[in-house]
Order: sequence, then structure tokens, then C-alpha cells
Amino acid sequence: METAPSTPLIEVQNVSKYFGQVIALQDISMSVGAGEVMCLLGDNGAGKSTLIKILAGVHQHNEGRMFVEGEEVRFVSPRDALDRGIATVYQDLAMIPLMGISRNFFLGREPTKGVGPFKRYDVALADRVTHEELRRMGIEIRDPSQPVGTLSGGERQSVAIARAVYFGAKVLILDEPTSALGVKEAAVVLRYIAQAKERELAVIFITHNVHHAYPIGDRFTILNRGRSYGTFEKSEVSREEVVTMMAGGEEMDKLSAELEEFEQSDAEEARRSATGGADDSSLAQAFRKETDQLRDEEEPER
Amino acid sequence: MATAAGQPADERIRKVGLLRKLLNRPELGAVAGAILVFAFFAVVAGDQGFLSKTGTISYLEVSAQLGIIAIPVALLMISGEFDLSVGSMIGAAGILIAIPITEYGWPLWSALLFAFGVALLVGFANGYVVVRTGLPSFIVTLASLFILRGATIGFTRLITGRTQVSGLKGETEGSFLVPIFAGEIADIPVSTFWWIGLAALATWILMRTTFGNWIFGTGGNPVAARNVGVPVSRVKILLFMATAASATLLAAITVLDAGSADVLRGELREFQAIIAAVIGGVLLTGGYGSVIGPMFGALIFGMVSQGIFFTGVNTDWFQAFLGAMLLIAVLVNNFIRKKASEAH
Repeated sequence: METAPSTPLIEVQNVSKYFGQVIALQDISMSVGAGEVMCLLGDNGAGKSTLIKILAGVHQHNEGRMFVEGEEVRFVSPRDALDRGIATVYQDLAMIPLMGISRNFFLGREPTKGVGPFKRYDVALADRVTHEELRRMGIEIRDPSQPVGTLSGGERQSVAIARAVYFGAKVLILDEPTSALGVKEAAVVLRYIAQAKERELAVIFITHNVHHAYPIGDRFTILNRGRSYGTFEKSEVSREEVVTMMAGGEEMDKLSAELEEFEQSDAEEARRSATGGADDSSLAQAFRKETDQLRDEEEPER
Repeated sequence: MATAAGQPADERIRKVGLLRKLLNRPELGAVAGAILVFAFFAVVAGDQGFLSKTGTISYLEVSAQLGIIAIPVALLMISGEFDLSVGSMIGAAGILIAIPITEYGWPLWSALLFAFGVALLVGFANGYVVVRTGLPSFIVTLASLFILRGATIGFTRLITGRTQVSGLKGETEGSFLVPIFAGEIADIPVSTFWWIGLAALATWILMRTTFGNWIFGTGGNPVAARNVGVPVSRVKILLFMATAASATLLAAITVLDAGSADVLRGELREFQAIIAAVIGGVLLTGGYGSVIGPMFGALIFGMVSQGIFFTGVNTDWFQAFLGAMLLIAVLVNNFIRKKASEAH
């Protein structure tokens, strides 16, 4: 927020991580600044999870250095990372399905009113804040006390993101938030990522789906088999190049077939839509539509 | 944003709200069940005294005696744990109150303090072993069920030579504490007021305090709860202590009422308490439930056990009926919970 643009919110330099004989990560460098979405891309087993677990304080790196707001850090526990404003939303959601939305939202940090033996959980405040925060994210919930289990997967992810943002996260790490979601739901989650970015958070978005990453990302760090191909500005690479790097040149037959499919669908999309960019997928369009809607302060989609 | 009536979004809030809110209430099944059971016995045994003042008081007292322990047992179950040792704790606490008075001439208040102190220690030990070892509380408290019962019988016979301690009436006569535990208000035993008071307190804790939110979180997903800073172990240990304390309260009520303590008192109470909680909509796996539900679960228990007596049917059938009720309750709860948490 007040950080000078030259100082990234979070940065790793030449980080390596070994699990016994296995080299999980080797010589990884990357940085994310405020208001920036960094997409961490890679196929399964590329080391994405290991890297974010280091950032989240779950694992400790063996070599290299890590900085938060320019200050060198070494996290011992997830609590350390949280205290520095690094919030991680894991794929297996940290939500309790049978508990109400607002109770989930404030679990562990409940607002209270009253004093002494009459100190009590402020239900009204919790419900109101939850309602407001989710509305800011564009989710209109009917009843803040309804169980989280009644929400869709995308909405649950969004509640988790809203919670992290509300409790002062500066760096938001999202571990495959869209992987289990359908196209429309994924678009909803991507919209919240855009919102977090607008709120000057640094977002690290982990995915192996380049169609989710490309429309939203400012920069892309591509991992393959524990090594980094480097970080690229969006202007520097096309989506096809990203896909090629992710796969590391393997299985090129399958890949080129896949690429052809993308091109076809893109071409179709371009034909169908007068305003849509030719290089964007239908998802990107859906996403753009969502943001436009939000900007116009219209009734949020449902 | 404007929330004027008539907007489609608002309409939706109201329409879906009421039905879903009702379905979301874990106590729905127990309240409906209690009404059914009451109606049944009112028709079948209304003339034989079920509806009379005596009849009402008798089933209220039975319900209260179960309800007093069913309430903390329900909270513990919501936090994801069982306490099978409450039944033995009732017997043990009764002896812990009686022996110091009859054998060593302690005043009543100190004997009560002593019993509550030991009970809190036992509860702490149960909870500590469960959270430290990670063993299922079912096994840990099954062990303490037998340890407590055995130790109670052993020590009592060692000290008094018998398994019953009587003659408390004379020793405690005139103490201001007796009417608090064994008195009557307008012919209604005070245990009924303890039951209702505890239910109100526990409901407040569960629904309106931070600790209540922690109970739900601890039972719903301990890992997620711990990650956001909920002291999961402390929550569980405190609730184990609460169940042991409630067993002691019930022991004080029964011992001072009867004027004697029996080492076997409270047998099967642990299961009856769990039955009341489950009939009341508390989920066996934790994370879901209420206090009002188990309160009505205990009421059903009381009405059935006394109602059968008034119908003149052989009371041998009571347990079979109770078992059937439990099965039906679990099926109904399962169905309701699925409906409540279904994505739509």
C-alpha cells in the first residue's frame, strides 16, 4: 500500500528445497508487489505447492533468502506468515460446512460486545460485516447464518478470500482456487482476484490452468520439475508460449493438438463476438463481463 | 445498497428464509417428537393421571435428572467428543459427598466443594488424555467409566464396609444448601429449575459467546479451527470438565433428596444422555447441534418412561421403545441435515 514500488511485498531469491534425496525446488526467484497478480504456473509435480508452502510458513527452505516488504524473514509456522500479512487460501477449504457463513468468517477472531460475564459474541455485527464484505466481493448472500455447505464451491472460495482480505492480508496466496470449479464459477473467483488486486493486495495465484491465469495475471512465473523458467510480463508472452513452457516440451503431440483446439475456439469466439478480443478465451470474456457489471453497480449476478 | 421491500432479491430472502431456517434448526425433530409423545400419552393415559399435576411433576423430574447431564454432554458432542464416564461420575460424586459427611463429620458445603473439585480433576484428566494422545474419547472415557465405578465401589467398601452410605438426612438437616439441591418450589422439584436454568445458560454460551463459536468450530473441523487460532484442546478439556461437574450436580441433587448415596447410582446415564443429545439433533460426529434439542430429548425420555407407567403397560418395554426412538431420531436427523446443508 504505502510500500515504494521498488520494494516488492514478498520476494524469494534463489530458494531451494530438498526432501531427502528429492530436489523439490531449485534456485527459484520471484517477487510480487502490491496490486499485482503473479500467476505461478506449472504442471503437476512442478513444485508449485512446495513453493507456496514455503511462503505460507508450512515448510522451511534449505537454501536462498525470503523477504517480506524488504525485510529478510524465515517463517517457522503458518502463524508467523499470517502475522506478517500473508494469507493462504488452500484448495481443501478452511471452511466448516455445517457452520454458518458469518460464524465461519469470524471463527477465531469473533467480535464481542459487553463486558465481564456479559461479554458476548456480537452476532449482529458479524452478520452485517460478513454481508457487507461479501457484497463488496459481489456475492449476495440471503442469510449470513446459512451453513457454508449451502454455498457453491466458487462462493466458498470467495468467502475464504473475503475473510483473508478483511483481516488485513497484504499478500494473498491462492492454491488452485479454480481447479475444482466450472467455467462460470471460475470466472466468479477470478473476479474476486481482480478485486483483491484493486485493493492493492499482492496476489499469488497458483494454477495449472493457463486459461484461468492468462486473463487475470500481470506476470507469470513458470515452474517445471522444480526449476523456474523465469518470470514473464504479460506483454512478453502469448498464452501458447506459456503452455509450451509449462509442459516443458514433453508430450508435444498431445499439446499441439490441444493448441489447435484453442485456436479454433478462439477464432470462433472472435467471429461470434464483435467486442471480444481475438486472443481471449470465452472465460476471459465471461470474466470481463462480470467486472463490467460490477463497475456499473448493477444487480450482482446470481 | 437499497433494500427496499419489493425488490426481487428481498423477496427471495424471505421466501427461502423461513423454511430453510426451520430446517436448519437441529432441535426441530426433538420438539416435534416431544409434542407427538405428549399427545400420544395424553390420549392413551390422560385419564390415568398422565395429565394430572402429579403426573406432570413426575415426568418433569425424570426429564430434569437426565437433562442436567445431557446438556453438557451435548456441548461436548458438538465439539466432537464423547464422555462415557458421566454415569460413573454420578455414583462417584455421590459417595464423595456422602462419606466425608457421615464418616468424617464434614459440613455439607465442604463435602460439596470436595466432590466438585475431584470431578473437575477427573474431567480435566479425561480431556487431557484425549487431546494429548489423540485417542478416540469413546475409548478413553470407556476406560474411565470402569476405573471410576470400580474405584468407587472399592473405596466405599474399604471405608464403610458397605456399598451404600445412608443417614445423611440427619447430618444435613437445616443446612441452607439442602433446599438449593433437593427442595421444591411450588411443589416442583428444584432439579427442574436447574435443568431449565442450565439449558438457558448453555444456549447462551453456544449461540452468543465466542466460546460457543469455538465449540462449533472445534467439532466441525479441528484442523481448520486450529489454523484460524481456536484453542481446540482447551475447548475440549473445559467441556470434559463441564460434563463431570454436571454429574456432580446431579449427584448432589439425588443424594440430598434421598439422604443416601449408592455406588451404583448413575448406571447407564452416559448412554441415556447421548440418546437425549442425539434425539435432540446433535450430530454424533460433532460440529452441529443445539442445547434446546437435547433438552427436549430429555423431556421425551421423561414423558415416555413415566407415560408407560401411567398406561399400565409393563415398563419392561421402556428400553425397547427408547432404542426405537433413538433409531428414528438418527434417521430423521440425517435426512434433515442433508436437506439443510445441500447446495441448491
